[in-house]
Order: sequence, then structure tokens, then C-alpha cells
Amino acid sequence: MVFPASKPKSFELLEMVGITKSFQDVVVNDGVDLELKAGQILGLLGENGAGKTTLMNILYGLYQPDRGVVRINGEPVRIKSPTHAMKLGIGMVHQHFMLVENHSVAENIALAYAGTPFFFPRRKIKERIATLAAGFNFDVDPDRQVWQLSAGEQQRVEIIKAMINGAGVLVLDEPTSVLTPRETGDLFGMLRRMRSRGHAVILISHKLDEVLDICDRILVLRKGKVVGRAAAGDVGKRDLARMMVGREVVFSIAREPMPRKEVVLSVDSVRVRNDKGLVAVDGVSFRVFRNEIFGIAGVSGNGQKELVEALTGLRPVQEGKLSVNGFDITNHDPRTIFDHGVAHVPEERIKFGIASGLSLYDNSILKQQHLDKFSRPPFLAYAKIKEHARRLVSAFKVKAPSIDIATGHLSGGNIQKLILGREISERPALLVAAHPTHGLDVGAAEYLRRQLLEIRRQGGAVLLVSEDLDEILELCDRVAVMFQGRLMGVVEPDDARRADIGLMMAGTPAGAGEAV
Amino acid sequence: MEEIITSIAQRTLVAGTPLLLGTIGEVICERSGILNLGVEGAMSVGAVTAFIVTFNTQSIWLGVAAALAAGMLFCLLHAAASISFQANQVVSGLALTMLGLGLSGLAGKPYVGRPLAEKMSPLAVPGLSKIPVLGPVFFNQSPFFYLGIGSALAAWFVLRHTSLGIKIRSAGENPTATEAQGVNVNKVRYWCVVAGGAFYGLAGANLSISYSKSWIEGMTAGRGWIVIALTIFALWNPLRAILGAFLFGGIFVLQYLLQPLGISPNFLAMLPYLATLLVLLAGGLRDKRKLNAPAMLAEPYVRGQR
Ligand SMILES: Nc1ncnc2c1ncn2[C@@H]1O[C@H](COP(=O)(O)OP(=O)(O)OP(=O)(O)O)[C@@H](O)[C@H]1O
Ligand SMILES: [Mg+2]
Repeated sequence: MVFPASKPKSFELLEMVGITKSFQDVVVNDGVDLELKAGQILGLLGENGAGKTTLMNILYGLYQPDRGVVRINGEPVRIKSPTHAMKLGIGMVHQHFMLVENHSVAENIALAYAGTPFFFPRRKIKERIATLAAGFNFDVDPDRQVWQLSAGEQQRVEIIKAMINGAGVLVLDEPTSVLTPRETGDLFGMLRRMRSRGHAVILISHKLDEVLDICDRILVLRKGKVVGRAAAGDVGKRDLARMMVGREVVFSIAREPMPRKEVVLSVDSVRVRNDKGLVAVDGVSFRVFRNEIFGIAGVSGNGQKELVEALTGLRPVQEGKLSVNGFDITNHDPRTIFDHGVAHVPEERIKFGIASGLSLYDNSILKQQHLDKFSRPPFLAYAKIKEHARRLVSAFKVKAPSIDIATGHLSGGNIQKLILGREISERPALLVAAHPTHGLDVGAAEYLRRQLLEIRRQGGAVLLVSEDLDEILELCDRVAVMFQGRLMGVVEPDDARRADIGLMMAGTPAGAGEAV
Repeated sequence: MEEIITSIAQRTLVAGTPLLLGTIGEVICERSGILNLGVEGAMSVGAVTAFIVTFNTQSIWLGVAAALAAGMLFCLLHAAASISFQANQVVSGLALTMLGLGLSGLAGKPYVGRPLAEKMSPLAVPGLSKIPVLGPVFFNQSPFFYLGIGSALAAWFVLRHTSLGIKIRSAGENPTATEAQGVNVNKVRYWCVVAGGAFYGLAGANLSISYSKSWIEGMTAGRGWIVIALTIFALWNPLRAILGAFLFGGIFVLQYLLQPLGISPNFLAMLPYLATLLVLLAGGLRDKRKLNAPAMLAEPYVRGQR
């Protein structure tokens, strides 16, 4: 395969020794030692808020450590800035996309590429992308605007950006949480090729199977300290989970059968357009009942996002009807839809889920601020709001120094927990959750699954959109597979076709199954 | 009749030139994410500096250079406040305008009513200026006019077709992502604010040593505010700024022409702002992204914060 700037910059060994870093008196990294040789893939594991991203940001020059040194090929270096890190051959793909949304793919890559010419940079970058396309399995149009790309496509742009300068060490912070299984396979193929060419990779992930699959060595952090090191061959999933959270984790939870009663959500021949004005949801119909978790499986980019946005009032419905508990919510505003008992855990949580500059307690009541329990019109009842925020933080184990800090300071998984807590705490009639376990550590994911089942037990309905087949099969009563804007069929609990869901995701229709 | 039209067209370009210069500066500044409301003040400082230096040295070009430098230095204040100290950009910009108007009034006091011995004369482009109608309108203009058109084209080219342009626009769209790619966002923004200042300085010099040849307090007469409106009207594009500047310049000329017909100059003075509002409304109704405003305009950026 053709590799960007061919050879890693004579990279042999990376050492981080005794790295310590605190934010506002909270120690986030505490004497962390990390060692990585050329041709190795290191898995970095840990609960949400354990300090993984912070450690990598130090390596990438975004933060300076309070104590400790970084050595490259035995030489101590003070990494002053990302530019400096890139010069030293360190590339990083961040947990949250670092892309300029209103710019094209080519312009985003031009910003990262050291060989960008001063004049007419886009032309050169386009040529470069074209030559890389084959080897990368990379079919993103360099002229497309980033905001029009799916999460998977944006991720690919990020990876190109990190590697285009020929990084010897590549850091990937939860790269697979937004990828489809196939894209993950492609990515891992690429990482293996990099390894064989002498690059080193640090991979942060909460998906333990993946980590065991691809990593050579594993480092586990808890509360900023190294609590475990292992060679990937010597440990199993359970051992890793125990190291991370300090207790046994239950990976599959039993789902008791429930009667299927009244209809909560009914979707009738709904058509929705995407950002480009093309039909993304093409005449979809289904129903979700009380006491039910209804799954929508499918590779992302097949209309799931648009369907969810139409349901929650963020996107206009062109044709068809949506109703909740018999009330027509088609093209109503998000607030009205919320008032009819629909809660929403969005896919793009930083953008749609929180106001990152506001405090935790402000964010704990977004969309609910008008409720009597939080306000004494025209004022907000801050005492009650803070009380509520504290309850959420402790119930959902959100790790935060205090409820007064800006929500953007939380670690990725903790932001997700806060959103989940807020949306679930209202006991919604219908919870629309898009990829809710993305970025959650194993312990938090287990807790979340229990919460979803609890909503179901108490008479709520859940619409769960996910690409994770195991998760869908474990939690959902019925599963619909979405492909190119249509439902390929709805699979009942004891349906033999459950095994075929993977095929259906790739576009093979499921026998005679009809949408309910 | 032909003469009247030629003269109106010619005066339209004259009136539009300082607006164009100022707008180029503000477009560059705002593209990098910094809102500078100090244009009126910086133009004033440029105007008085150009006048004083030209008056005392008899050198027009020294006056222009001094105005340019004064505009840059003056806007450095805004850069420091809004970039290094993350101050509220609206407050800092307004303060700059008041400071500029005050300073220029004070420095210019001894010069009020004293005409310049020599003012910048129009530069006829050999050959082209002989073309009937078009010649006198386009090719017998003040050097500032050619400078304005040239700078607008250059600014458009840099913003659109160079890697520096991508850096500037990225800094205004998503400073965190830009910084993560190893671009020093604060440095880019500093330079853009200062480059903006150079253009405000030039616009001021245009007024005091080319447009008229005397200094009076408040001679910028709200042009700085029109520049702010024009920047939005042009949707942050230097090419559209050319169009907008001369459109608004035409309104200036009309104020004098239509006054005898009983149309209030105040009504016409209002038109640029009204036109800007209409552009925003029309654009906003269609598609907000099409407006293309820098996403992080006027948002203080703190390094290392996520
Ligand atoms: N700039 C900052 N200011 C204040 N606190 C911060 C800052 N950056 C990180 N933190 C805190 O440091 C802790 C560790 O965060 P970090 O992002 O490193 O966690 P993580 O291990 O990557 O977790 P996740 O799996 O959820 O992404 C968190 O509690 C977070 O709130
Ligand atoms: Mg993280």
C-alpha cells in the first residue's frame, strides 16, 4: 500500500516517565509510566475520566505536564505544541472531531499537511488524496464540505490528517466508536500494515474485544494511575474489565419477557431529506409499544440520523405522519415533542446534547428549564436545579470536580453520562437514543443497559439506534434493519432470521418479514 | 447628459474608495474570528496622521505610509485586548472608536481649516484614460482607487487560494481544531487585526489627503460604521466588497443630488444599513450556511480549553 509520507522518522522508542498533571487541584495523571517501541500497538484502557485523553494531550503538546518527562529514542524532549509534536513524528486523532465544518475536506487536510504549497493548496491536496485513495480505501470527495459527511467519513478525514505527515507514533483516541464494523476492519488492516512498517500506535478504546484483537500490549489507567500492564495474549476481556473498574462487570444482562400493549410511537410512511436535499428516509413505517425496546440496526449513513432528527423535531418531515401516544407530532418543534414525553440522546452529543461553555447544573436541565420544579417564572430556581444536578451526578457516576465547572471540561464519557442522566430522569414515554453507549467504559455501559431495561420495565418505550449488533441483540425486543433509507424488515424476538441481521445491514432483504 | 452620467459615476467611485479600503481590512480581521468595531476610530487616526505628516513634510507618500503605520499600531490595542486578554470584542472595539475619535480631534486641533499645499492628484492611466466615458470614470482616479481594487483582488486571492488563507479562515471557524493542526491561532489573529488596521489607516489617508485636502474633526462621518455593515453586506468576501462599496458610494453621491428634489439626506444615509439588513434577511431565510459568517466571530478563544 502507498503510505503518506513514506517512512516513519527513524522512530525507535517512546517513553513517558512519571507524568503527573492536575486541573484545579484534581490529579488527573499521577506518575504515569508508558513505554512504546517501534512496530508495536499499545492499547490504553481505563474508565471514563481515568485520564487517558489528558495523557495523550500531553504527548501531543496540548498540555504541559506538572512533573515527568517524555523521551523519544532516549532523548528527553519538552513537547511545546502540536506543531512540535508533529515535527517529532507524533500524530493524533482526537476523541472529538477537530475539523473545520464549514470547510471542504481538502481545506481541512491542507491545514494539517506540512507539504501544503502556499499557492493553490487545494489543487495539490486533491492530487494527493487521489493517489492515496486506493491504498486507504478512502472514498471521500475532497470537495465535499465536512458538515455534509457522516461520522465515519469525518473520522477517515481525521486519520488522513494525522498520518499525512508520516507520523512515527500515531495516537488514536477512541477511533472506532463512530465506525461501522466494516470501517473498523479497514482501519485495523491499515494499523497492522503500519505496525509491520515500523510505526507505533497508541489506541484508546472501550471495546475490549477490539483491543485484545489488535494490540500487542495493554496499559490500564484508573483514577490517573497505572493499575495494570499486560501482553494482549495473556489476558481476557473479564480481566481487563476488572482492572479498569475494580469489580466484576456483567457483559450480558437477562431481559425478562414483557407483554406488548399500547402503541407509543407510530411512524407512517415517513420521508425525510438529508442536508444535501436528497431523500434519506424513504417511506418508513413501524410502531413501538409500551414495555418495548425497538432497535434500529444498520451501518451509519443509511438514514438513521435523519429519522431520529425528524422524530425529535430537529428536521422537517416531507411526507407521512409521526405520532406519540396518539398525538400527532409531525413537524412540531422539539419542545412540544419533549412535552409529549419524547426524550433524546443525540448522536453528536457535543453539538446537540450540551452547551459546553455552561456549567454542569445548567446543562442538567436543558430543555426542562420551563418545568415547574426548576423554575419560579420568570426566574430559575437555582437551589432546586443544583440539587437535581447533584442527584444526576451521583446516580450516573459522572466524574466531575464540581457541578460548577464548564461541561466542556468533562471527559467524553462523562458528558455522555450527564446527557443520559438528564434524558432518562424525566421518565420519558419514549426515549430515542442514538448510539448511547458510544464512548462509555464497560462499567458505565453496563449501568446504561440496566437503565434502558428499567425504562422498559416501568412501561416506557425505547427506540435504540446502534451499529453494535451485540448490543442491539442483547437489549432489543424487535430489531429493524435500515438500509439506504428503507427498513429491510423487522425481526421478532424468536425469529430465526436474527442471525441474518448482519446480511440485512449490507442490503440483503429479509425474506417475507413485514413492518408492523 | 453624458457628462452628468460620467460625473456621477466618477464621483461614485471616489466616494466608494475609502469604504472599499476599510471593508477589505474588516473582512480580513473578521475572517480570522475577531470583530473590530474600532474602524471609525482607526480611520480617524489614519486621516489625521496622514494630514499632519503631509502638511509638515510636504510629502504625500510619507503621509500615506504614516497613516498605514498609525492604523496598524492603533489596532494593535484591540488585538492585545481581544486576543491576549480575551476581552469582550464589542466593548474593546467601541472603546477604540471613542479613543480614536478623541485622539484625532486633539492632535488635529492646530490644523483645522488649514488647507494642504498639495493634495494627491488623480493618476491617469496612459492610453486607457482616453477611452470615451469609461476612461474618465475608471482610469483617471486617485491612486487610492487602484490600490483598493488591487488589494481587494489580492485579499480575495489570499483568502481563497493560498494556504495562509485556509489558516486565517480556519482560525475564525474553529480555533481549537486549527490550533491542534499546529497553527498558532493567536498569532494569525494578531496579524489579521493589524493588517485590518493598515487598511483603516489607508482609508483615513484617502479621506484627508485625496478626497478632501483639509482636516476637520469627525471627517470620517460614520464611514467606519458603514464599513462594518458593508462587511456583512459583502458576506465576508472581498470581491463582493468591491460591488458593495461602490453601491454604497453611489448612495453618498445621491444624497447631494436628490436633496434639491426634497428627498431627505437622512433617508439616504440610512440605506446602507437597510440594505445590509435585507441581505441578512434574504440570506438567512434561504440557508444560514450560505451566509458564510465566520462561525467563531467575536468568541474569545482560550488556548488549551476544550
Ligand atoms: N482542561 C481541563 N480543565 C479541567 N478539568 C479537566 C480538563 N481536561 C480534563 N479534565 C478532567 O480530567 C479528567 C480526565 O479526563 P480525560 O479526558 O483525560 O479522561 P478519559 O480517560 O479520556 O475519559 P473518557 O473515556 O471519558 O474519554 C476528567 O475528570 C476531566 O474532567
Ligand atoms: Mg477521553
